[in-house]
Amino acid sequence: MNRITKKQALTLLKSADLLGLGQMADNSRKKLHPDGTVTFIIDRNINYTNVCINKCKFCAFYRDKDDPDAYVLGKRKLFNKIKETIALGGTQILIQGGLHPELDINYYVELLKTIKDKFPIHIHGFSPPEVCYMADKAKLSIKKTLQILNEAGLDSIPGGGAEILSDRIREKISPNKIGKDRWLEVMEQAHRIGMKTTATMMFGSVEGPEDIIEHLDAIRRLQDRTNGFTAFIPWSFQPGNTELSQKSEKNSKSKTQDSEANSSLVPRHPSLLPATAVDYLRVLALSRVYLDNVPNLQASWVTQGLKMAQVALRFGANDFGSTMIEENVVASAGVKYRVSIQDIINAIKAAGFQPAQRDMCYNIIKSDL
Amino acid sequence: MSLKKIENKVLSEKRLTTEDALALFESEDIFTIGRLANIIAERKNGKNAYFIQNHHINPTNICVNRCKFCAFSRSRGDKGAYELSIREIIKKLRSQKTENRKQTPPQPPLSRGEVYPSPVTRHLSLPFREVHIVGGLHPDRRFDFYIEMLKRIRKALPHIHIKAFTAVEVDYFSKISGLPPSETLRELKNAGLDSMPGGGAEIFDSRVRNRICPEKVSGKKWLEVMEAAHKAGIKTNATMLYGHLESLKHRVEHMLKLRELQDRTGGFQAFIPLAFHPMNTKLSQKSEVRSQKSKPSTLNPCGYTSGIDDLKTIAISRLFLDNFQHIKAYWIMLGEKIAQLALKFGADDMDGTIIEEKITHSAGALSGNALTKAQLTNLIEKAGKVPVERDSFYRPVRY
Repeated sequence: MNRITKKQALTLLKSADLLGLGQMADNSRKKLHPDGTVTFIIDRNINYTNVCINKCKFCAFYRDKDDPDAYVLGKRKLFNKIKETIALGGTQILIQGGLHPELDINYYVELLKTIKDKFPIHIHGFSPPEVCYMADKAKLSIKKTLQILNEAGLDSIPGGGAEILSDRIREKISPNKIGKDRWLEVMEQAHRIGMKTTATMMFGSVEGPEDIIEHLDAIRRLQDRTNGFTAFIPWSFQPGNTELSQKSEKNSKSKTQDSEANSSLVPRHPSLLPATAVDYLRVLALSRVYLDNVPNLQASWVTQGLKMAQVALRFGANDFGSTMIEENVVASAGVKYRVSIQDIINAIKAAGFQPAQRDMCYNIIKSDL
Repeated sequence: MSLKKIENKVLSEKRLTTEDALALFESEDIFTIGRLANIIAERKNGKNAYFIQNHHINPTNICVNRCKFCAFSRSRGDKGAYELSIREIIKKLRSQKTENRKQTPPQPPLSRGEVYPSPVTRHLSLPFREVHIVGGLHPDRRFDFYIEMLKRIRKALPHIHIKAFTAVEVDYFSKISGLPPSETLRELKNAGLDSMPGGGAEIFDSRVRNRICPEKVSGKKWLEVMEAAHKAGIKTNATMLYGHLESLKHRVEHMLKLRELQDRTGGFQAFIPLAFHPMNTKLSQKSEVRSQKSKPSTLNPCGYTSGIDDLKTIAISRLFLDNFQHIKAYWIMLGEKIAQLALKFGADDMDGTIIEEKITHSAGALSGNALTKAQLTNLIEKAGKVPVERDSFYRPVRY
C-alpha cells in the first residue's frame, strides 16, 4: 500500500492526463468495490429554514429573516414530507437549514424527538456549521451538543459546510462560516461518539489546486484517526444567482470601479465560468486516488446531470448519492435535473453497473432492481 | 479482451477492420480507447478543437415522414405545426445581425439604399458565418420554393455560407421536381447551396431502419444522394443516430458504408454521431415495456444513451473512420459536458454557437440552445485543446 503524498497529488491534479488519472481512479474503485455494484439512497432533503446569518457568497438559497420569501417549515408540512418519503420507499431524511437566529437547541431536540416518535426513519442532519451554531448559542461544548442531538434521535451528520477546507479561501467565499478546524472538530467529535458522517467539498469557485489538496489531506488525516467518514462527495460551485458570480461579473466589466470592494475576490476566470466536466472528473478521480481510507465516493448527478454521473462511475465514483425526492439549494442556483428513482436505476444499469438501494451506512437494502 | 493488437494497428497507422471496431465497442477499457482515439485526432488535427459561429433555421416541422424517433415533426393541421416563409427566415437571420450591430456602436447608421463601405466590415459584424437549414418534408411546397429560398438568402446575406438540406430532403426534392438527384443538386448549388449537413443517415441497416423510420429513404438511397453531391462538388457531413434499437454491429456496418463511400469520393468533411433522445418520441413509449424485461445493456434501448456509450462511440468512430478528417461532438445532442469530454476521446469539433435549436430540444435535449463564443472557448481550453474558430470548410477564421 503506497499512499500518494500531497506533493504527488498536486502534480496529478495540475498536470496528469485526464484519462491516465481516470484509469488510476477506476483501478482504485475496482479494488474497493470489485463487484460492480453502484449504490444510491432514497431520501429527501428537507431544508427546515432558509433564514441564515452566514450569507455565504456562493449560496443562492439563504434569506434574511424579514425577506418576503423567508420561511421556517411548520411541523405539519415536515411530517407530510416524511410520510411521502416513506411511501416512496425512502429510509432517510436529510435535515439541513440555515443558521436561524431565533431557533435554539431546544427547538432541534424537540424536533428530533417528535420525528422519531412518529416515524421509523434514519435522521441524517445538521452539518457542522449548524452544530456549532447550536453549541455556541447554548454555551455547550461541541461534544455535549452532539450527545444531546444524538440522544434526541440524530443518527448521522452530513458533510456539508466543508466547502474548501482552507481558511484562506473560506475567508473569501464564506467569511462568517466556521473555519476549517471547527468543521473538522465537529466531525471528529461525532465520530468519537459513534456517529458516522460524510464529507463534502465544493470546488470551482476561487480556490487553487493547493487548496483542493489541503482539503483532501485534512479529510484523509482525520479519517486515519477516526474512520468515521462513510463517503466523500465532491461537487462543483454553481454560480447562478450567487453573490460570488455577480461580484465577479462586475469585476470583469469594470476593473477600476468597485475594485476595493472586490479586491479580495480575484476569480480565476474573468467571469467565473463554472467548473467544466473535465475539471469535475479530474477532482473526482484525484479524490478516489488520494482518499484511500474513505470507502465510498459519490457522483454528483445533481450538479453534473445523469450522463456525467455515469461517466463519473469510471472516474472513481461508486455511489449515486441520494435520489433527492426534494432538493432546494442547488435548484435555487438555477440547476435542475428532474430525475426519478427509476431514471437513476436505469442510468446505473446503462453505465454497466448493478444498482442497489442502500442506507446511510452503505448496507444494501434492495439489490434486485 | 486485450486491445493490444488494435493498439499496434493504430500506432502503425493501419486501417481497423469491422471486427476491430466491434471489439472496441465490446471492450470496457474506455481509457485505452480514448487514448488511442486522441492519438489519431492529434495526428490529423494537432491539438486543434474547432468551432463555428452558426445559426440554425428549421423552416418547417411539417413532414410527410413521421419517423418514430422524432419529436419535432408534425402533420399539417397538428397543434404546434409551423412553416416559416422565406421572408420570415431572412428576418430571423437579419435580427441576429441587428442585435450584433447594436453591440458595436462605431458602425455608422445606414440610410436607405446605402451599402457598407467594405463588405469585409459587414461580414465581421455578423455574429455567425454559416446558416444550417434543415426541415421537414413539406407536402405542398414545391422545389421552386427551396430554390427561391436559397437565392434570396444568398442575396440578402451574400457572405454567409449556406449549409442546407439533408440527403433525405434532396431525395424528396428530386421526387417532387421529377429531376434526377444529380440535376436536383446542381440546381440547388446554382441557387446558392454551399454544402450539405449529414442528417437523415440514422442507421443504414434496413431492418432497424424500417422499425424506426419506415417512410424515410433507404440507407442505400441516402448514400447515393451523398455520392451525387460529392460528385457535384458539394461537401457534406455524415451522421449516425445511435442508442435506439440498433446493435453494436449495426453501428459498425453503418460506419463501414461511410468509410467505403469516403474512399471513393473524399466528399465528407466530418462524421457526427448523434445520441438518440427519447422524450416525446414513439420509441420511448415502446421502451417502457422493453426496459423492464431487458437485461442491463450499454445500449439502453430507447432511454437516453449513457455518457460512457457517447464517449466510446465518438472514440471508435475516430479510430475506424481513418479517412474522415473531422469527428464532431455535437454539443446540442451530447450536452456541453459530454461534448467537452469528447475532445479527450477523439473529437476535434464542437459545432457551434447554434442560435435557436429546435429538433433535439423537442425530444428533451439536456443542453441549452445556444453557447457563446466565450463559453465554447473556455470548454475547449479546459480540455487542454486549442480553440480554433473555423469557417464551413475548416479554415481558421482570422480577424
